[in-house]
Amino acid sequence: MNATPVVNVRGLRTRFGATEVLRGVDLSVHRGEVVAVIGPSGGGKSTLLRGLNYLTPFSAGEVEIADQRLWPGMSERAHAAELRAVRLRAGMVFQGFHLFPHLTALGNVMEAPRRVLGLDVADARARAVRLLERVGLASHINAYPHTLSGGQQQRVAIARALAMEPEVLLLDEPTSALDPQLVGEVLAVLTDLAVGGQTMLVVTHEIGFARRVAHRVLVLVAGEIVESGPAPAVLDAPRHPATRALLGCL
Amino acid sequence: MRSRVLATLLALVVIGATEPIRADDGLARVQASGRLRWGGDVQGGEPYVYQDPHDSSKLIGFEAEIAASLARRLGVRAEFVQNDWSNLIPSLERGDFDVILNGLEVTSARRGRVAFTQPYYAFTETLVVRRDDEAVHRLADLRGQRVGTLSGSLAFEILKAAAVEVVHYEGVEEPYIDLEQGRLRGVVLDNIIADRYGLIRPTLRAAATVGEGVYAIGVRPDEPALLHALDGALAAMRHDGELRAILTRWKLWDAQQLSVITAAAPASEGPARGGFTPTHFVLFLRGAGFTVLISTLAMLLAVIGGLVLSVSRRYGGAVLRMGAGAYIEIFRGTPLLLQLYVLYYGLAPLWALSPLTAAIAGLGMNYAAYEAELYRAGMQAVPLGQTEAALSLGMSRGLTFRRIVLPQALRIALPGIANDFIALLKDSSLVSVITVVELTKQMTITAVDVRGWLFPGLVCAALYLGMSYPLSRLARRLERRLSPVPT
Repeated sequence: MNATPVVNVRGLRTRFGATEVLRGVDLSVHRGEVVAVIGPSGGGKSTLLRGLNYLTPFSAGEVEIADQRLWPGMSERAHAAELRAVRLRAGMVFQGFHLFPHLTALGNVMEAPRRVLGLDVADARARAVRLLERVGLASHINAYPHTLSGGQQQRVAIARALAMEPEVLLLDEPTSALDPQLVGEVLAVLTDLAVGGQTMLVVTHEIGFARRVAHRVLVLVAGEIVESGPAPAVLDAPRHPATRALLGCL
Repeated sequence: MRSRVLATLLALVVIGATEPIRADDGLARVQASGRLRWGGDVQGGEPYVYQDPHDSSKLIGFEAEIAASLARRLGVRAEFVQNDWSNLIPSLERGDFDVILNGLEVTSARRGRVAFTQPYYAFTETLVVRRDDEAVHRLADLRGQRVGTLSGSLAFEILKAAAVEVVHYEGVEEPYIDLEQGRLRGVVLDNIIADRYGLIRPTLRAAATVGEGVYAIGVRPDEPALLHALDGALAAMRHDGELRAILTRWKLWDAQQLSVITAAAPASEGPARGGFTPTHFVLFLRGAGFTVLISTLAMLLAVIGGLVLSVSRRYGGAVLRMGAGAYIEIFRGTPLLLQLYVLYYGLAPLWALSPLTAAIAGLGMNYAAYEAELYRAGMQAVPLGQTEAALSLGMSRGLTFRRIVLPQALRIALPGIANDFIALLKDSSLVSVITVVELTKQMTITAVDVRGWLFPGLVCAALYLGMSYPLSRLARRLERRLSPVPT
């Protein structure tokens, strides 16, 4: 963990009109590390995560993902190559899954490896099948998203992100849209990935999951990181009042 | 209660339907109402009856003067009723006006449907060709060639008997434009029209006189008293010189007219007509074939054009976006009929499209505007999360559009596309204005031929349904198979 971090963020600021959602965030994630971001709603967690692959542009600071830089003022059209370089290295899992409804589970996972990485059908298929097996969906590879439960859809979405072999997986509240009884199956998959050494940055409300799986926890309140450190230290002995309020609340 | 209303309505419909065949005479009606309603088409233009260029609220023309004189002699005033020329006879039968007074040629076929007064004008049929087309001296020289005329005219009957390919027009200007453009080899129309609309063009010349006939006033056959009164008034006009004065004023007086003034001219002989025959049905099928051909190719053009437009509007730069927006507004905001006219006649000096090409291009370009809006709505209905998910996987904007947004947008748009295809199938009937004989035009030609609208109309409707119903079934099935998935 002494090498260059996979994710390196310095002084990230994001402004929506007059509101400054992020007020100078620094963070780094090293290879093989799992970092959890917790904090109250509206504190800027999703904005931070989406800033890391520029789905939400930021207004100041800099982001480096596996040596690929992002900077303020990039545009989808003018900086297509730079954005793509970052996005190929940072896989994204959304709260709302965003599976492609017109493709099967297999099709969802195969699509980008085939069209973006240029894998031939057999290779892309083999990769997709392996990943769907890994997330426990071997028997659902030909199912369309609408026939799957929320937990199953999110597991397909994780497989889809993993199929691009990203350096880091960004997860934006991956279990928030799920019924309580479906949360476990997704967390189990994420735990398995963490054990396997997958680098992850996860925004979550699941304190138990953060305690078990995350190496480090960051607390983001009102656009600033108010506390950070090893998971047991932050979660069991919070120093900042906001962290205490948050944990007490949950 | 409901059935009483229904019965009353039914009774009204029956009364309405039988009204034109009532036995009481039209003369009493004309006198009681104090007006002689005469039907004509101002599209026939100068010198028949047309809008005064100096005062567009006034109608002038030699027929307007004859109508005024006749009405005056009957002690009433003349009232003009505008009606599509080729449908004057059915409208007379419906009771839309009392008489037809608009270049109605006396033919034996028409005698079966209307009673004619004594004639008021004698004409000849003039074959006009291009000046440089020196080989043509007779109608027989044009065997198998495209020759234009007005639908339902005497010239049309002459051409049908002459083994040429007859091209139908609704107006008098257009056939000569097409002759100049080389889309026709010849035009046969009454000499009045030929003189004023054809031979004023220096590139055209009169090749031959191919027939002759007279204009007379048409009256419903069951109104002999009105016919008699009009004949009396016409005789008086001949006698006191007013008819000659009117014709002279309009520069229509020539030696031919002496026969009209002195005696009743015989009817020109058009071929006798029969009922709806298998030949007609074959012609209908041929028309339906054209309808399918035109609609399918136009829809293909519309789908591709709509895609280009909607993509330009969504992803293009400022210029493309504005261009696409302007295209859509212009083509959606102006009548298809106008667009067809401009494309076919307006552009003719620059680019003489064939009728079929112009029909397909015109319909396709018009519908492309509607398709573009449909796709735009479809694209907007695809959640933003889809694009974000695709971009986050490293897909380019183009790939994201092609593989993720477009397939979903098309599914959403599919019912609308099928709907538009059915609408286009029916709108394709408009291309008859640029001389394409598709199903509806074939129906109107046949209706004039067999002297009835009902049966040809029903056959025509059945054929349209036969085309559109399977289409809507197919659309439903596709919709079910490809249904956009609830997320």
